[in-house]
Amino acid sequence: MTGTADPAGARAHARAMAGTKVEAMPTVPASAAEDRPADVVPEAMLWAETIASGGYAAKRLDRGARLRIVDLFGDACVSMLVFNAERPVERLNVADTVKVQWNAYLGEGGLLLSDMGKVLMSVVQDTAGAHDAFCGASNAASNARKYGSGDNWGAHPNARDRFMLGVAKFGLGRKDVHPCINWFKGVRIAEDGATRFDLGPYPAGRQVTLRAEMDVIVVLANCPHVLDPRPVYSAAAARVLAWRDAPTTPEDPIRNATPEGLRAFQNVEQDLAR
Amino acid sequence: MSAPPALSGRIALDEVVPARAPWTAELRQGQTLRIIDLEGNQAVDFLIYASADDAERYSAQDTIAAQGNIFLREGSVLMSNEGRPMATVTGTAVERHDTIGGACSCESNTLRYGHHTKAQHACVENFLQGNARYGRGKRDMVSNINWFMNVPVEADGALGIVDGISAPGLHVDIRAEMDLVVVVSNCPQINNPCNGFNPTPVRMVIAG
Repeated sequence: MTGTADPAGARAHARAMAGTKVEAMPTVPASAAEDRPADVVPEAMLWAETIASGGYAAKRLDRGARLRIVDLFGDACVSMLVFNAERPVERLNVADTVKVQWNAYLGEGGLLLSDMGKVLMSVVQDTAGAHDAFCGASNAASNARKYGSGDNWGAHPNARDRFMLGVAKFGLGRKDVHPCINWFKGVRIAEDGATRFDLGPYPAGRQVTLRAEMDVIVVLANCPHVLDPRPVYSAAAARVLAWRDAPTTPEDPIRNATPEGLRAFQNVEQDLAR
Repeated sequence: MSAPPALSGRIALDEVVPARAPWTAELRQGQTLRIIDLEGNQAVDFLIYASADDAERYSAQDTIAAQGNIFLREGSVLMSNEGRPMATVTGTAVERHDTIGGACSCESNTLRYGHHTKAQHACVENFLQGNARYGRGKRDMVSNINWFMNVPVEADGALGIVDGISAPGLHVDIRAEMDLVVVVSNCPQINNPCNGFNPTPVRMVIAG
């Protein structure tokens, strides 16, 4: 006779787990997060979660919310999808993001543009300076080649299949998994077009803070970069913090920085005029 | 200028796509599609889908990662979002082609050039129309190839669509490595040099 042989025993056993702490878990409520930014009141906290190596997470955020992603140990690779929460058929377009901004490299002041001529999110802080809009997510085949497996149920999940699970929980499917941004692992483009992967080492604690410029759904996957040359599956845990804040004002310097970017904000504002 | 080399196998199709128009075709594994830039520097926006499962489609990011280069050249393998080879560039008379610039759209034109361009025809309109006959829609839009288009990236990250490096009669040959549906927009853009500010017809030949 074990302690879980009847429902009452099984319930007691299950309830005894409460309060267990592991590295990769959400803090609920987020207001209880011990690493809440100093200038954010507890009631404003929307999300606090540590994403494991190989893990994923997704969240809907309202316009004005800030999303901070922290590379806790200097070896995270956080791949990101972004959707318009109201109409997820509108989503991040990496080609428009680099083309409209006339630049290949995202950083502070940069915009994440949708496929509908609008800004989804802007980069309000970036202490990493090494990101990638070109190489995309690992997939089952690429992980199987490098690590022997790439399955969601195994030790080496791939970013594309992580995305598939993340979007599924918002009612979306494989066709909604679009070209992504990779934060914290840099790829530069040489004159002959070659990709130059920057493995690091990077310092711990690098962070990127994004501002939602419309209501968005973000999907994050923390898997080794598809160009990571190391034979061992390596992606260190990442921390995600989000809090409620004011939407962008007409005077905002990022909004007004370029004529192309300004029109991307104006198109959002026009869409919200109802 | 010398003519392109002869294609091997039976010619299954040989037609001209008018300037500004969409075009679709089905390619069986092993068949080759030749695109000829008839008048020079005409961007041909190009997407491919696996016939067996159209959630599997061309992926610019998987292609760039697999070959370690943003430019498509002779020998480049066009990869799917599932990491499988979909097609191979078996020959081209142009040094390189683009896969980072994406397609023009009415909406992105408003950012790039101003709201006066919103009503102009654009590649996304062509892609949506071409895909609609297969029951596909906006979720099927992903980063595309731009044959004959020139998008350099400079050392500081500056990039842009600049004057082309193609010329009248130059070609690219694409061999299908699986059964494919090809959806093309013969780019109607008139606000940048991707078509030399003058959209022109292109010729499509399928052989094999």
